[in-house]
Amino acid sequence: MSIETVSLSGRKKQVANKKMTFAERIYIIAIAKGMWTTLKHMFKKKVTISYPEQTRPFSDVYRGRHMLMRDDEGRERCTACGLCALSCPAEAITMKAAERTADEKHLYREEKYAEIYEINMLRCIFCGLCEEACPKQAIYLTKSKQIVFSDTSRESFIFGKEELVMPLEMAIKNTQKTQA
Amino acid sequence: MEEAIIIEKGVIILIVFAITMLFAMYCTLAERKIAAWIQDRRGPNRAGPGGIFQPLADGLKLFSKEEFMPNTPNTFLFVLGPTISMTMALMTSAVIPWGDSLEIGGRTVLLQATDINVAMLYVFAVLSVSVYGIMIGGWASNNKYSLMSAMRVASQMISYEIAMGLSIIAVIMMSSSMSLRDIAASQHEMHWNIFYQPLAFFIFLVCSFAETNRTPFDLAECEQELIGGYHTEYSSMRMGFFLFAEYAAMFISSTLLAVLFLGAYNYPGMTWAAENWGTNVANGIGIGVLFIKICFFLFLYMWVRWTIPRFRYDQLMNLGWKTLIPLAIINIIITAVVILLNQ
Repeated sequence: MSIETVSLSGRKKQVANKKMTFAERIYIIAIAKGMWTTLKHMFKKKVTISYPEQTRPFSDVYRGRHMLMRDDEGRERCTACGLCALSCPAEAITMKAAERTADEKHLYREEKYAEIYEINMLRCIFCGLCEEACPKQAIYLTKSKQIVFSDTSRESFIFGKEELVMPLEMAIKNTQKTQA
Repeated sequence: MEEAIIIEKGVIILIVFAITMLFAMYCTLAERKIAAWIQDRRGPNRAGPGGIFQPLADGLKLFSKEEFMPNTPNTFLFVLGPTISMTMALMTSAVIPWGDSLEIGGRTVLLQATDINVAMLYVFAVLSVSVYGIMIGGWASNNKYSLMSAMRVASQMISYEIAMGLSIIAVIMMSSSMSLRDIAASQHEMHWNIFYQPLAFFIFLVCSFAETNRTPFDLAECEQELIGGYHTEYSSMRMGFFLFAEYAAMFISSTLLAVLFLGAYNYPGMTWAAENWGTNVANGIGIGVLFIKICFFLFLYMWVRWTIPRFRYDQLMNLGWKTLIPLAIINIIITAVVILLNQ
């Protein structure tokens, strides 16, 4: 078997510049074949997904919007170490650390916490490296379907702690679930 | 009696006009739906159940758009273009027999706006004038693409009209009348012309595609080369009129095909139905049958559009002049010989 005759896809065809026969030249047969093909397609299953009514299932490894987690007692896990910002290839994350005072023990888990934590959602590429870098398991990319809402101002896409930190109700529900 | 005829004809003309408009309207939706189905898509389905209000939405959108007038010295001709297209597309329907006749209150009502004895000539005359709509519109647009498209349409329509006219001569020879009503009547029961004149039918079909500027002969629009061709400069409802005229012409040519070759309102068992259920019922069914045939041809137009790619200009001319015209002439000779032998 020579290399010229090998067909890996099984669709290799020898083309020739031969003269067309009369039956080929009047094209009627070819047109009829083509019409049959399109007619068959009319009754095939449609590939369109009617979006708002139907949604495609997300992949198991889908990465949606970020969330700053709380622990069982509802305290913020983030300690503002800056590893997420360092690992971020898009340089979307900035933060400012602050020291926890004595009466804030129920709010923050570690002695240091993020006073300001911002992610620029226009820069973020949802790669999940922040999630991997975090030593405190504080930042996760959730499976939320809505990543950002559309808006006309750039500032609105810089998400602060209000948008990112896990809502308290959710933390309470989670704790109840683990205790039950 | 005079008034009765005027009312009768007026009602028929109104109904025919409304039906033509309705069909042209819903052809746009049908075209999009069929295109979608052939391409494994769903097609427009948001406006109303299954998208049935889509044509209304499209019309509303076109009406509310800005009317743009290009910098042309021929504003009158610019407006005249789509007007002629639309008028001519609608005028052909006057001579088409939509059914046999109905007995209403002791009167025999012919289901036809007017039964003239030179109906075929009238149809061809109107068809020839309709080329002016596109030509004038394209020329007045003051745009290279539009002019190119207008020239193409003119030469294409004139070339294909010859083959079309020649192909129909065989049918006229068989029915020995140019009246569409006589041609329809001569095909009673299953004596449809398509079985006696398959070649003429085929030539007429191909020419109809060319006359209505439908794919594979839509060199006039030719989005890829001519940016829409003759309606490049048109906007708003004037553009809508051009597109609407195309669909109206498509409906009318489907009707002509059905009347000339597919037996018009005739169907097998028509005499039996007339004897057992009465002529009114039989002829009423006939109208329905005619519309089924028309819908079939409309579907064929769309089906072909989404199957066959556009012809090249020289291929189009070769097909028209070197293939269809000789074939039509041969067909006339064969028909003449057979008729003479049967005498």
